[in-house]
Amino acid sequence: MNVDVLVVGAGPAGLSAAVELRRLGVGTVLVADREAAAGGVPRHSWHTGYGLRDLRRIMTGPAYARTLAEAAVAAGAELRLGATVGCLRDGGHSAVLTSARGIETVRAGAVLLATGCRERPRAARLVPGDRPAGVMTTGELQQRVYLGGERLAGPAVVVGAEHVSFSAAMTLAHAGARVVALVTEYGRQQSYLAFRLGAALRWRVPVWTGCAVSRIVGRGELSGVEVTSAGSGVVRFVRCSTVVFTGDWIPDHELARAAGLEMDAGTRGPVVDTTLETSRAGVFAAGNLVHAAETADVAALSGRHAARHIAAALGGAGPVSGRLAVRVEAPLRWISPNAVGVLPAPPPPLGRFVLRSGEFRRLARLEVRQDGRLLARSRPVRLIPGRPVHLDAAWLARVDPGGGPVHVAMRS
Amino acid sequence: MTGDDPADVVIVGAGVVGAAIARTLAGFSLSCVLVDAAPDVGTGTSKANTAILHTGFDAKPGSLESRLLGRGSALLRSYAAAAGIPVERTGALLVAWTPEQAAALPAIEANARRNGYQAIRPLEVSSLYAREPSLGPGAVAALEIPDESIICPWTTPLAFATEAVRGGVRLVLSCAVTGVSSAGGVHRLETSRGPVRCRWVVNAAGLGSDVVDRMFGGGGFTIRPRRGELIVFDKLARALLRSILLPVPTARTKGVLVAPTVYGNVLLGPTAEDVPSALDTATTAAGLSSLLAAGRRILPGLGVEEVTATYAGLRAATEHSDYQVYVDAARRYACVAGIRSTGLSASLGIAEHVVAELDAAGLPLRERPGFVSVPPVMPYLGEAGVRPYQDAGRIAADPAYGEIVCHCERVTRGEVRDALASPVPPADLGGLRRRTRAMNGRCQGFYCAATVSRLFHGASHAAGRP
Repeated sequence: MNVDVLVVGAGPAGLSAAVELRRLGVGTVLVADREAAAGGVPRHSWHTGYGLRDLRRIMTGPAYARTLAEAAVAAGAELRLGATVGCLRDGGHSAVLTSARGIETVRAGAVLLATGCRERPRAARLVPGDRPAGVMTTGELQQRVYLGGERLAGPAVVVGAEHVSFSAAMTLAHAGARVVALVTEYGRQQSYLAFRLGAALRWRVPVWTGCAVSRIVGRGELSGVEVTSAGSGVVRFVRCSTVVFTGDWIPDHELARAAGLEMDAGTRGPVVDTTLETSRAGVFAAGNLVHAAETADVAALSGRHAARHIAAALGGAGPVSGRLAVRVEAPLRWISPNAVGVLPAPPPPLGRFVLRSGEFRRLARLEVRQDGRLLARSRPVRLIPGRPVHLDAAWLARVDPGGGPVHVAMRS
Repeated sequence: MTGDDPADVVIVGAGVVGAAIARTLAGFSLSCVLVDAAPDVGTGTSKANTAILHTGFDAKPGSLESRLLGRGSALLRSYAAAAGIPVERTGALLVAWTPEQAAALPAIEANARRNGYQAIRPLEVSSLYAREPSLGPGAVAALEIPDESIICPWTTPLAFATEAVRGGVRLVLSCAVTGVSSAGGVHRLETSRGPVRCRWVVNAAGLGSDVVDRMFGGGGFTIRPRRGELIVFDKLARALLRSILLPVPTARTKGVLVAPTVYGNVLLGPTAEDVPSALDTATTAAGLSSLLAAGRRILPGLGVEEVTATYAGLRAATEHSDYQVYVDAARRYACVAGIRSTGLSASLGIAEHVVAELDAAGLPLRERPGFVSVPPVMPYLGEAGVRPYQDAGRIAADPAYGEIVCHCERVTRGEVRDALASPVPPADLGGLRRRTRAMNGRCQGFYCAATVSRLFHGASHAAGRP
């Protein structure tokens, strides 16, 4: 089968890209997703707030998922669900697709990877102890409760205190569990004020800062967790029948890595330039695969951004050359996009670079330098781990195409 | 719970050793019962180990372990090929990192030769790094053991149990033996599911074998559970190595190894720690961090790869170095214990040996007329061969094999369905994991657990739509 563009992943980024590609006149657009239903994570995220920046409407996750899927079909894209892209070949331009229909090879003029991200589960966080049931991530919790209609009873502990952690607490409350606390190693929570106050008022969930779930206890069924205070080292046992590990996102980058795309050590996603093209010409990446995790509307806009550049560049192949790396220094953990393509480079999605910090900083300025030369200095920004920091992309015009990599650092 | 006639043999313990004995006895005209305290076969030491099919090169020459390991390993290789148990002959490289360790290599090589294993050979450091370019710096010498292999530890006991059940053995699970009384040539086992009467008892109770042994007047050994913690790395780490990377062993432990798994992951471990409880399979912060430190020295590339799973297993070690295997003809009792960490590799050798001993002790073994021993064909869980999702012909014949429900491990709805309908079906989600690999992958259920759980609990297949 031959298509103009293959989109891997029917979440907000992939579906929005498909709509935009068709709007720009691209002939055949195939969107493949391994799940039985389109929409990605919003399918099972019941709270409202979806669609703000991309659709200019606010709706629940499932409604948003349906809206995007219907828009893609209405735009003339073909949706293939329950179809797994096992691997990419031919420099990323052909894909092996497995579904109940069989195994087929899809050849595409361009490919957009929009495979999203997942939360690191308990094992990946190396939390020791027993291996009972009742230990899960937010993704599993939401699917059990909202797609499976499962009820949960008894006390529950949420690991993390960022946006998604409060969402997990809401889901737990909805399912009948009693949330004992949100536990975070940081000195303070990281969610948005309005969201946090809403949760605090409605569910009265305490946030235990400066401590970590250090051990899982229970044979067969979870009996509780040990919580260790970072400052005092005091360990206390908290009885619970559910523990949810939230946040700590990692891009679902396996397909990208296996295809040999250059990867960024900070984001753990593929290296992309401001057009969201990867190290292979004609292979693009968008959404939370590029850097995890943004809200769904930001992912959707990144898909739309990639679609415009794909439509303009259809037909390219081979490795990309002449790119400059964009790097960060601690406590900054990553920046995206993390490459600048042929100059003059077009602006990145939403006209800005996105960064993450590993530490809290109240007032910090970001400095952009190339070979020691100052390209830009930001206004003072507040750094919160897990929360996006934005850097205006106007400095792109000052990059020397013959120079070295661009460095972004924090100055207090 | 049995009828009036006592069974000829009850095997206590459906781990890899008990199941191997059961499948061997299934070939004879005997009534045979295989019981286990757990709700599934192979849930003790059999499920949580390093998943290596040993040659026995490092066993103690002249020991029973050495003999049964050499024999069992050869038998299991051919059985695995017939039954579809994944095995990869990756070979092992035993790496010395200090001059002291290098000085120990000639003795290890000589030991292997005394065990009848002749293929072992020294390897130049340059050849070592050519074979394993990702190996950490500083290796000074190495031995190559080309026949060390990796194997699926879950399919093996399951295949034995399946063959036993098909051969007429009764499998009774969630059946803990709590006591025994004997009169008139018949044992009466008290169990959590009521009394079981039989003429002969085979004790293959693993971590509980000393307790059972004392019920039969034994007491010559005590199980001292030795916990081994292990870390499973993401499949993306698999490209970092080709062979099993062994350390130079010490008197106490074989040390921390790095090995590929047949599922395409990388395994790091085990630790070795004596623990008081035969139930304590918890991992520890200290254990995991010591493994990570060792792993980064052996294979620095592991440092940036994701961890998929951590677990701990208990070896059924005793105060003795060798297996504790004997048959007491007067009591009509066989003890098959102390099989510390080689039970998987030696299982078929142990079964052959024990059945011969039972024969000598007077258990009437008559070939079952017309019985032909055929290994069952098990669902293939390995990465080296073709799995259902890769098999166009199979998907065409049954589209359920094209419906992937566990994305990380590429497990299809057809495989989950087959496991649920198999002769030895899973009792819980853990059992389903061991039969299909579902939920064993890098997401640990983020994407699939809700769906797989619904399939297991028999709910209608979720449309995935709210």
